[in-house]
Amino acid sequence: MSDGTLIEARGIHAYYGASHVLHGIDFVVRRGETIGLMGRNGMGKTTLLKSILGLLPPRAGSVRVRGIDLTRAAPFRVARAGIAYVPEGRGIFPNLSVKENLVMAARPGHDGRTEWTLDRAFDTFPRLRERINHGGQQLSGGEQQMLTIARVLLTNPDLLILDEATEGLAPLVAQEIWRILHQIRETGISSIIVDKNFSAVSAISDRNIILVKGQVVFEGDSDTLRAQPETLRAHLGV
Amino acid sequence: MDTYTFLIQLLNGIQYGLLLFLVASGLTLIFGIMGVINLSHGSFYMVGAYLAWSLSQHLGSFWIALPTGIVLSVALGMLLEWLFIKHLYRRDHLQQVLLTYGLILIFSELRSILWGDDVHSVAVPALLAGSIPLTEMLSYPVYRLWLSLVCVILAGLMYYLIQHTKLGMMIRAGASNREMTQSLGINIDVLYRSVFALGVALAAFAGMIAAPVSSVFPGMGNQVLIVCFVVVVIGGIGSVKGAMAAALLIGLVDTFGKVVEVEIGGLRILPELAGMSIYVFMAIVLLWRPEGLLVRRQH
Repeated sequence: MSDGTLIEARGIHAYYGASHVLHGIDFVVRRGETIGLMGRNGMGKTTLLKSILGLLPPRAGSVRVRGIDLTRAAPFRVARAGIAYVPEGRGIFPNLSVKENLVMAARPGHDGRTEWTLDRAFDTFPRLRERINHGGQQLSGGEQQMLTIARVLLTNPDLLILDEATEGLAPLVAQEIWRILHQIRETGISSIIVDKNFSAVSAISDRNIILVKGQVVFEGDSDTLRAQPETLRAHLGV
Repeated sequence: MDTYTFLIQLLNGIQYGLLLFLVASGLTLIFGIMGVINLSHGSFYMVGAYLAWSLSQHLGSFWIALPTGIVLSVALGMLLEWLFIKHLYRRDHLQQVLLTYGLILIFSELRSILWGDDVHSVAVPALLAGSIPLTEMLSYPVYRLWLSLVCVILAGLMYYLIQHTKLGMMIRAGASNREMTQSLGINIDVLYRSVFALGVALAAFAGMIAAPVSSVFPGMGNQVLIVCFVVVVIGGIGSVKGAMAAALLIGLVDTFGKVVEVEIGGLRILPELAGMSIYVFMAIVLLWRPEGLLVRRQH
């Protein structure tokens, strides 16, 4: 696709067992775009991400990455198409060292790019360099979060999906993560950011999407959203 | 017991332990990484021994039989994983036990059809047929030393593979978090199939190289399976290092248990009764460290 569409999900219906979580969602991410995905708990944000990633295949609808149909594809194929996932709760491997966590999945991007190397990851996250031989379970929450972000950057992705990346972190550490996310944005990587901190998300996002009960109730840039205080109050409690 | 008898028993114990390790390491890897209890693991040991016997006869040489047997057992492992085992990853242990017990019966029947129910022996290859004299009366066979050496080399290679290669990192990562490993672009189906085939090949290879020192007989798989479960439990489920330590301990306890006559309070314990020594040993370890010898305590 030449129009710069990276991900195009159409009419996504997803279920957890018998409960119908997503009700026909259309969702598009363009190259270089940062998207704030918002909504209260249980509105379907993580489910939408998992549908795109192949972790929870949608019952109906289609997911295309760069025009290629990856609906119900195995999660590793979606990852290999350049879609990187930093899950809620981080998902580091506690039985691997920091260095092993970083290199175990490292590879050139889907188009052969090798912008992200171990050295560059350490330049971006100097604290990880100091802890290179530590076990994954010895890191603080903030360090674990940096490790998961650095780990997916080493797969040279086109899109970074961050689910509650700053959840439970001390304010200073969260600030550090936001600073790094701004840096990553400058390199041209697209991202989808799910986070409770509305002001931080709206400061980085090009476009925001609010989900309510598995449907999109708002889509627009941060200025438009800020100009609708009733939407913010009703759906985000801001 | 004089020094030389002791030395010979020590070498025998180590050699038996190393052989157990080859079988048990596959068992512990498959359980630790894929969460599958594989009762049919002993069958691969039996299949290996029969392969060594049958292939050396047909191909005329033990040295050609070995690599051929390895290729066949890797293929067997891949096929079994694809046909049966992959359906067990998300099932409970009862279903795993049922299916893999069924595989034991199938392998036993296939063995009976293909190779019969007779006991066979495999000649020690000429190159390693000699023995090293220790005294005028006692000597130690070269083949047993070679066998131990091969096991040590394989154990070293496995350690290197798991601890120091990217593949090993993926395997360990997959054991800790399957979903996350997939989301990092790793094809976990292929990874699991390879680990399973590796386990099958190790067990079969152990059977092949054990064939010249023990006889080849129908029940050999079940015998080794039970001892290997003891090894896995003592070493800590999923721990390859633990399996090595436990296998050596079991090898020594079993070997010395069979030759040492013990007298407790005037009661003579016969070597024949010592067959239970490894189970007594397991019970002690379980009371002392229920999580296994080399598994770090969680708290």
